[in-house]
Order: sequence, then structure tokens, then C-alpha cells
Amino acid sequence: MKLLFSLAWRSLRNRPVTSMLTVAAVALSITLLLGVEQARRGMRESFTGTIKGTDLVVGARGGTLQLLLGSVFGIGSPTGSVPYAVYEQWAQHPAIRWTVPLAIGDSHRGYRVIGTTTGLFEHWRYRSSGTLSFATGQVIASDSDVVIGSEVAAKLGYGVGSPITVGHGLNAVAGLGDHESHPFRVVGVLRQTFTPLDRALFVTLDGIEAMHGAESGTMPGGTMPGGTMPGGTMPGGTMPGTVMPGAGLPPAMPGAASPAGVMPGATVPISPAPSNVFQDEPRALSAFLVGTKTRFETLRLQREINQYKAEPLTAVIPGVTLAELWKTLGTIEGGLRLVGALTIVVGLIGMLVALYSSLEARRREMAVLRAVGARPSMIVALLVLESGLLTLLGCALGIGLVMGGFALAQGVIEGNTGVHIAVQVPGALEWAYIAVVLTAGILVGLVPAWRAYRSSLADGLSPRL
Amino acid sequence: MTPEVRLGAAISIEGLQFAYGSGPRVLDIPSLVIEGGSRVFLHGPSGCGKTTLLGILSGVLQATSGEVRVLDRDLVTMSGSQRDSFRAEHVGYVFQQFNLIPYLSAYDNIALPCRLDARRRARLGSTSLDDAIRNVAAQLDISALLDQTSTTLSVGQQQRVAAARALIAAPELVICDEPTSSLDTDRRDAFLALLASSVARANATLLFVSHDASLGARFDQQLSLPTLNRSSRADAA
Repeated sequence: MKLLFSLAWRSLRNRPVTSMLTVAAVALSITLLLGVEQARRGMRESFTGTIKGTDLVVGARGGTLQLLLGSVFGIGSPTGSVPYAVYEQWAQHPAIRWTVPLAIGDSHRGYRVIGTTTGLFEHWRYRSSGTLSFATGQVIASDSDVVIGSEVAAKLGYGVGSPITVGHGLNAVAGLGDHESHPFRVVGVLRQTFTPLDRALFVTLDGIEAMHGAESGTMPGGTMPGGTMPGGTMPGGTMPGTVMPGAGLPPAMPGAASPAGVMPGATVPISPAPSNVFQDEPRALSAFLVGTKTRFETLRLQREINQYKAEPLTAVIPGVTLAELWKTLGTIEGGLRLVGALTIVVGLIGMLVALYSSLEARRREMAVLRAVGARPSMIVALLVLESGLLTLLGCALGIGLVMGGFALAQGVIEGNTGVHIAVQVPGALEWAYIAVVLTAGILVGLVPAWRAYRSSLADGLSPRL
Repeated sequence: MTPEVRLGAAISIEGLQFAYGSGPRVLDIPSLVIEGGSRVFLHGPSGCGKTTLLGILSGVLQATSGEVRVLDRDLVTMSGSQRDSFRAEHVGYVFQQFNLIPYLSAYDNIALPCRLDARRRARLGSTSLDDAIRNVAAQLDISALLDQTSTTLSVGQQQRVAAARALIAAPELVICDEPTSSLDTDRRDAFLALLASSVARANATLLFVSHDASLGARFDQQLSLPTLNRSSRADAA
């Protein structure tokens, strides 16, 4: 067996180009197949692990997925806004244990600024019941305090005490429309969580208000000062010079740019109202997180919120909504998996062609092996071992490429999509794929092996070349 | 190297017939005896069945009928794998050309029979395989070539490596199938001299096949396959 292995290995090395190309073909197809799987699993774990312990996410009436992605995952914009009064009312509900308000709509150098309360740091859970903790500093208290996520701190070089100005809108260009008149100061830096929280800044709701309020009426046309009316609808409200592209606010996303300043249903920015009215009470939130007293209450509460007449609201159970997302993505994943499987087939056929076409030139070698006493079965074993080795190397290289690729692409993926995909060792499903591919590779080797067996029996010691 | 084999016939054939599959009969040899320890030259033109006969004697091919005894073992009644083991243990074989596994060094090519078959290896007794390889390489004057890859060797060097592989661990029977036909006259003579002395040292029986009748004088016994083989006489007629 050792001899066979050594023969197979040296024989492959004797044909380096063919062997390497074959290994590369198998490796790339494995990479594709496992990559799809890895991305799927990583994405699911990342999403599921981001929001644990929160039973419901409540926002303005709209798509459940948009609400969840916009408010929790920092992807896209929340569905709209929820008047603060409505939030306060629900917070008193007997089935609710805790609530955390979220006001999303401003940003700092590309990172989201979220207005919230200290409850966020207390109630947010990620992964397996990981609680948020501070690398340095403490929670937000005053309206000029800001707590920053680990990536914000690392990328922008901030620490406790760093001054920050917040830009308006989620895609604010630095310096354009900054709320300069209300500067913040970093009071705390969160430890890394590998969730979107790492890429966010947290201020108090008062901070959001103060920031917008302080600049009310002073902003250049197009940006949205914090002056709006609580709970009011203001159809067609206009402001001189408010044609909006300059604000980076897609008109189709009502309330996206400034939850504190936009009312449900308002598609056009609204003329500034006296800011002092709202100095202390924010009028609207993007969403709020809810922890219920018992799991049993969650479904009932969700129904109750969804059917609330006074204000059109949407409540989602994160896990359920994510499951819907996976179901939608399942079709795409299935397609990708099929493509992966087909490339495996192509890769193995490539190997078959390479081995098969080398046989003609190797008939002499087979005759020599027979002459020194090799049994025909050894010829079969040699060729099967060669195809097995090629497949094994291909699989190993493929696994390496997937892991290495994700390790390298992690930052890019996270930067572009906000999804942190942990590099994971292959799971049971991946190993099953690899086992199937290895078996297929060995079976493929049987084809040339069988032919070599037949021809070496027929040739005897004199292959007819 | 058991005494009874030495004393008796190395090869004895009785009523051998052979055809490839259902094709025409290629060999029909009523009787052939080769004494143990002799050096025999088997002559015949191309296509008269020389290589086929060698295939049968080495156990790669199975006779259609008749009795083929090699070293007192009846190859006809042995199974394919028994014949393979038998060949590995008792027979050295040199081809006309392309004798070597291209991806192995000369050293590893010579080692191959001993690595493939434990009983062939056991014939070395207390000698290590490495010593045995170096000894046989020294006899055939290829000591300097052992580490080279087969493909970098000249044809004459390759044939000597092949002879060393056939002779390693002193098999009782060495079969050479036109091993000199791709060599020029000088190299051919040098090769034959080395082969003869090495075979003599190993006390092996040598069966040397060639279409070149001029080589026959160097051997103990000369046989003509067309004379022995009734099938080729029929073809000729």
C-alpha cells in the first residue's frame, strides 16, 4: 500500500501541469459549493445571533423585513416613524417587561447614529446570551454623550473624550449638513460584538432632539431640521427650497432620513416648527424593541400591536421574520447549490478526461509493472488512488480557499453589507458534500482503471503501441 | 534456488497451445525443455510469437492448453494472481525498450520487484535492499546513475538499469525480450557481457530472445522458435 501510494503520488508529480489543473478544477468547484454553504450558514448565524432576547421589534406599518433590517441590522431604512406618545403608551402595556426606543436617521462619517436609552445596553443580547459591555467608559446620560461601537472606535481612532459632530441622513457626506451646533463627546466604547452594533454610535433621545432642535431653521435648504409636529400629519408640507436630493433622502423612504423629524405618511420634508417645543420630548422614533414578560405573551402582543387602530404599527418577531427571509433566499441558495454541484461534475469530468487520455501513454508503464509482478488489481488500485489523491487534494485546497477567502473577504463583506460572516470550520453538511465528492472522485477513477485493467490483461507484456 | 530445480529443467513445455481470445492459434509447441542454469538463445523473426511465448513463461498470459512447467511449477493450473506472485518472486524480465517506470529514479526502479513482493525481498536474506541495489548496480556499471530519473538516462543506460532490476535478489529465471535491439553494436556487446556475467553470478537460467541470429554464438544453447512452433510453420506454408 505504501508502495502504491508512493507510485501514485510520483506518477501525479510526473505530470505536474495536468495534475495541478485537475486539482484546481476540483478545488474551485469545491470552493463554490462550500462557499455558498458557508455564506448561507454564516449569514444566518450572524443575523440570528445579532438579536437575541428581543421578543418583538415594533415600527411604523410597513414590510416586516424592512422594519427588522432597517432598525436592527442597519440595512436600508426603517419603515417609517412611530410617534413618541404611541411608544410611551405601549411601554406601559402589562405584558411588556421592557422596551428600548430606537431613533435612526443620522450618521457620523458613514456610521449610523442611533438615539436610544440606556435600556439598550441592558437588554440587548447577541450570540448565546452575550450582553453588551464597555471596553472603556460608561453609558450615555446627557444629551451630548455618545457611546460608540468597537469598529467606529477602531476605524476612526476615537476614544473616550473624542468630540463628534453628527451628519444628517444615513448617507451623509462628511461636512455636508453636519449638526455642528450640537457637538457630542464620546463617553463610552463598546466591546466588539460582531454585530451591527459595532458600527453604530449611540446617543440619547434628548441628544437627537437637541441636535436637530438647536439647528432648527438654520439648516441650508434641503436638510431637515428637527421641527415637526408631534403625531401630526402634514400632507404636502413644504419649505422653501426643499427639493431634496441634496439631503440624500430618497423620497420613497418616508421618515428614513430623520425619524425624529418626520411623521408617518409624510413624504415631503416639512417646514420647520418652533424648535423649543420639542427640546425635551422627541416626537417620533423609528422603532422600538420589546421584551415580553413571558414567551406566551409575545404572539398575543404582536397581534394586538398589529391591530392597533390609533396608529398603524407593525410588530415582528425577529426569528419568524428571519425565517421568512431564509425561505425567500432558499430558492436562490438552491440555485447556487445546483450550480456548485454542476461545477463539481464538470471538475470531475475534467479529471476523468485527464486520467483517461493519459492512459494511452501509460500502457507501457502498466506492462512494466505487470512484468515485475504487479497484479492487474494493482493497476486498478494505482489509477483509483491517483484519482482519489487528485480529488482529495482538490477538496483540501477548496476548503483552504473557502476559509482563506472568507477570512480575507470578511472585512469587505462586512463593510458592504454589514453582515459579519465568521470563518467556520466545515459543518456536517459540508463534510457530507466532501465525502460525496471524494467518493465520486474515486468512482471516476474506476473508469480509466477498468480500461487499464482490460488493456493490461489483453496486452500482457507487449502493449501494441 | 532449491536443488531439485537446479538439477532439473528450468522450463519444460508439453503440448502448449495458445490463441489470443478466440483468434487464430499463435503458438503450438509440442515440446520444449530448458535446463536449469543454462543460457539459452531463442531466435525467431518478428511476429513468430516470441513475445507471446515469453508472456506465457512469465505467467502473464495463460496457455490455452498443454503443460507449462517453470521451475517445476505448473503455470497452467495456477490462478492469475498465483502466477503474478510466482513471477514477482522467481522471474526477472527485460523488455526491448522503455523498461523503466518514467517517474521513478533508477534506484527505485531497481528496488521495485523487492518492494512489490515480500518473498522476492526475502531472497536477499540478510543483505539489505540498499546493499543489494548497490551491488547489482556495480555489476552493471550504473552505480553513478542510481539517483537519476529514468527519463534522463540514455537507452543503453536504461537497458542496464532494467537488467539490474531483473537480476535483483537473484531470481532463478531471467527472460530478456530483444534487450539489445535498440543498442548499437558496441553497446550491445558491452551489455551482453555484463548480462552474462551477472546471470552467471546469480546462477540464474537465462532465456534470451532475439531476431538477430548473429548473437546466438554467445549462448549455451540455441533454439529456433519457428522450428519449435508448429503454428508459425503453418503460417509460413
